[in-house]
Amino acid sequence: MASNGKPIHIDDAINGLKKLLSENEDLQTVAVAKIKQLTAELEGVDAGEFNAVERIRDGFTRFKKEKYETNPTLYGELAKGQSPKFLVFACADSRVCPSHILDFQPGEAFVVRNIANMVPPYDTIKHSGAGAAIEYAVVHLKVENIVVIGHSCCGGIKGLMSIPDDGTEASDFIEQWVKIGLAAKSKVKADCSDLEYSDLCTKCEKEAVNVSLGNLLTYPFVREAVVNKKLSLKGGHYDFVNGSFDLWNLDFGFSSSLI
Amino acid sequence: MVQFLIFACSDSRVSPTNILNLRPGESFMARNIANLVPEFNKLKHAGVGAIIEYAILALKVEVIVVIGHSRCGGITRLISLPDDETSYDFIDDWVSIGEPAKAKVIAEHPGASGEELQTLVEKSVRNSLRNLLSYPYVESGIANNTLKLLGRYYDFVRGEFQKLDDDDDIKPTTNIQESD
Repeated sequence: MASNGKPIHIDDAINGLKKLLSENEDLQTVAVAKIKQLTAELEGVDAGEFNAVERIRDGFTRFKKEKYETNPTLYGELAKGQSPKFLVFACADSRVCPSHILDFQPGEAFVVRNIANMVPPYDTIKHSGAGAAIEYAVVHLKVENIVVIGHSCCGGIKGLMSIPDDGTEASDFIEQWVKIGLAAKSKVKADCSDLEYSDLCTKCEKEAVNVSLGNLLTYPFVREAVVNKKLSLKGGHYDFVNGSFDLWNLDFGFSSSLI
Repeated sequence: MVQFLIFACSDSRVSPTNILNLRPGESFMARNIANLVPEFNKLKHAGVGAIIEYAILALKVEVIVVIGHSRCGGITRLISLPDDETSYDFIDDWVSIGEPAKAKVIAEHPGASGEELQTLVEKSVRNSLRNLLSYPYVESGIANNTLKLLGRYYDFVRGEFQKLDDDDDIKPTTNIQESD
């Protein structure tokens, strides 16, 4: 900043430096080193920015050419509204997007993505995000299926399994969040104590899906839709190491009067 | 290496994998109603916090992108508030994260209504980008030039993907003045 408060132009800054160096030759070695460092830094910043922005731009260009413009009927309809049959909970993990692994097309699935594909129990204070998505999907969009999909090598589940027995947390949010699945960890450790750590994690990935399915039933609008047979709850597990996909149902209902 | 963390709406029509032709392994992804990022809050927003914390500290992503979109039901609901007739358990509390964006748009465009107002609020992802700065790992990432924040808008009515005017470059307030 110049002494008059106005921003300094790049030419003036360089000329100022040149002037200083011509008056103080012993500063030149230091100056060369610092200028090299600055140049490298600026190149790095530009390269990173260039890649990310270009990647996004090129990605959309390809989508528009190969999909948007070749399916005007579909995209015309979707512009008017959406009526997905699925609400999907999937992990934020870059390898498990439902559009990839289940080939969901635009309009098919309302998708929530979070760490370890957790569905927290009904809590208007702590979990408005998940609650809002479930409420919107079930009450407003009237989806017919909720599918919670766990996956192999889940970092969130590993994190859950790594929380010390006394429950102390080292993170701001991660451990607090994955503790939604704590009941799964307890069950797996009790039932399968002889298993290798990685197999324990796999069991926990699947059991945590079941905990999430149970948590879905704490939402009154979910329970009502399930009991009225308008909504089905399913659990899934995607194993990208073995290339397999597991799927199972949660059956839930109330009987008529037993007396 | 995972380069991106993308925030996108849960809307079935706006999967970033689809609209940006992403490959598995490219982007960590958060999807919620109206692609909102709330401020740092350990009590109320652990879900979003965990995603940001993990993406930056564990995965070391370089870019966070927040993508708004056309015909967003969450934004429609936000604009309609307060609503004395219908109440929801969760939706209104959640979309109210966008209240500052709505207030700013109304203040700056007093006559706007209908679709024009809707679009202006949908494009106000700057509110979410600013909220990202309330996370210490985001703030230090930007200060150290290891993290960049981008705002984008997907208009599926017109088939456009727009860079939002001022929203692609957010810096912490303790910034040195740049030359023109």
